[in-house]
Amino acid sequence: MAQIGTDIHPLRVAIVGSGPSGFYAAEALMKSGIVVHLDMLERLPNPYGLVRSGVAPDHPKLKQAIQVFDKIAQSSGFNFIGNVTVGRDIMVAELCQTHHAIIFTCGAESDRKLGIPGEDLPGSYTATEFVGWYNGHVDYRDRVFDLSHETAVIIGQGNVAADVSRILAKDTAELKGTDIAAHALDALSSSRIKKIVIVGRRGPAQAKFSSKELKEFGHLNRCVPHIDPEELVLNPESETELADINNAGSQKNFELFKQFTETAGSAKPSRCIFSFLKSPVEIRGNGKVESIVLEKNRLTGESFQQSARGTGETVELPAGIVFRSIGYRGRPLPGVPFAESQGVFPNTLGRITDQNDNPIPQLYTAGWIKRGPTGIIGTNRACSVETVAAILNDINLLTTTERKSGSEGIYRILKEKKIRHIGFADWKKIDQKEIDLGKAQGKPREKLTSVAEMLKVLD
Amino acid sequence: MATVVTANCNGCRFTDCVAVCPVECFHYDDDMVYIDPDVCIDCSACIPECPVQAIYEEDDLPEELKQWVEINAERAPTLPICGEPMEPLPGAEARKTALGF
Repeated sequence: MAQIGTDIHPLRVAIVGSGPSGFYAAEALMKSGIVVHLDMLERLPNPYGLVRSGVAPDHPKLKQAIQVFDKIAQSSGFNFIGNVTVGRDIMVAELCQTHHAIIFTCGAESDRKLGIPGEDLPGSYTATEFVGWYNGHVDYRDRVFDLSHETAVIIGQGNVAADVSRILAKDTAELKGTDIAAHALDALSSSRIKKIVIVGRRGPAQAKFSSKELKEFGHLNRCVPHIDPEELVLNPESETELADINNAGSQKNFELFKQFTETAGSAKPSRCIFSFLKSPVEIRGNGKVESIVLEKNRLTGESFQQSARGTGETVELPAGIVFRSIGYRGRPLPGVPFAESQGVFPNTLGRITDQNDNPIPQLYTAGWIKRGPTGIIGTNRACSVETVAAILNDINLLTTTERKSGSEGIYRILKEKKIRHIGFADWKKIDQKEIDLGKAQGKPREKLTSVAEMLKVLD
Repeated sequence: MATVVTANCNGCRFTDCVAVCPVECFHYDDDMVYIDPDVCIDCSACIPECPVQAIYEEDDLPEELKQWVEINAERAPTLPICGEPMEPLPGAEARKTALGF
């Protein structure tokens, strides 16, 4: 058998998904020293995953990661195939025929549920829907959010909760020069929300915000952050956590929380209130959200392993709109095992495994669908490098006698099924169109928010 | 605003930071790594990775470390890119202990 990874027999890899982990897997393969041809499949016409549709519009610097992705996309041996859904337009079994290995980097596109009564009432939304909506993601552009109430409650205390709260708290002047979707800017400009309550089940020493995101709340045009000083009373275990030299992030957060107790006299009209040690138990309302019932918690367990336990004592908070931001879950994909409890593809160091934990030949994974929804853009780089190391280790196992058809094989299948697909140069035309549309309005871009609009640019 | 590598890196050069950098903004010499502020996107992913807490957001820098903003900006562009984690310098573990981490 001929060795793969040479000019005559390149290693052919299909990457499913074009967010950070997909691009970093591509980069690691390109740097591996062997000859690799890879096809990156993306269900949307646009690449970049959450860097485009997750990173908040008022964080443009983070989006410069796209320049790195574009550079990877220009490498020889890289091929982008957009507007193609794996598992529908082309099957995993088919990709196993056309490629030596498949890396699933399709992210965590669905949400964890609260599992409480009233969760599905109108006015109760997921952070994912809201983030997708303000970022012009094609799946969410038609969502309607009722912003006519004074109080919004956000469940969860991570960076997504911070983004949702900050976007709700900002005024039009703070958002209009960003790449926020026009429909969102329009709706937010008539928002009546004045009080945003961000609720965490554990205490201020355990909040998952990055201090960088937290700091931004101190610099908003019309909103101040606020915390009731009593919320910052710590149990001895949390004191121990904050005193730990390796817990600098939480220490910084706690210092910021302390500053947030001193804002009561501010003249700014809106408040962003951080509230700790509470879990939602019910969302109430007659046909729509009118209030949320929170149960007070206490922490149990040793330092760094404390969990929240309900005390039985509840408070009811009037609220017209609730967003839950308690973590993402991956979605199952036909032909790939799925670990229901964690919402990921079961794997060992990136090798997808069967129910007996044995690796399934050819199938690999990286990013949030591999390890769950933790970490930020760069975290995925280390994750993808680990997966690519597994592939390079397995190279003899991946060697086959028959020739793999790679891109050609994919195009043949798509042609038979009459699936319209686009390449990277096509995407760059759409990209340029968005930039041109934005220019007229003083925005870095105006995103096209439907597949049809994007494809029309190419006709 | 930039992200800045400071004195604690000197003599350690653990490079855990490099593994999570989304944009390859780290550069290195024989002693430590530096961040190119023109390339860094201020994502802060590197900050919690450093075993000796050498990396800061610019506006969190203590007074005595403020000179490192300029040192990073000047040194980084003249040095090779550190695209992959490297072996820590000999003595890095001992220095980490001496620094109290």
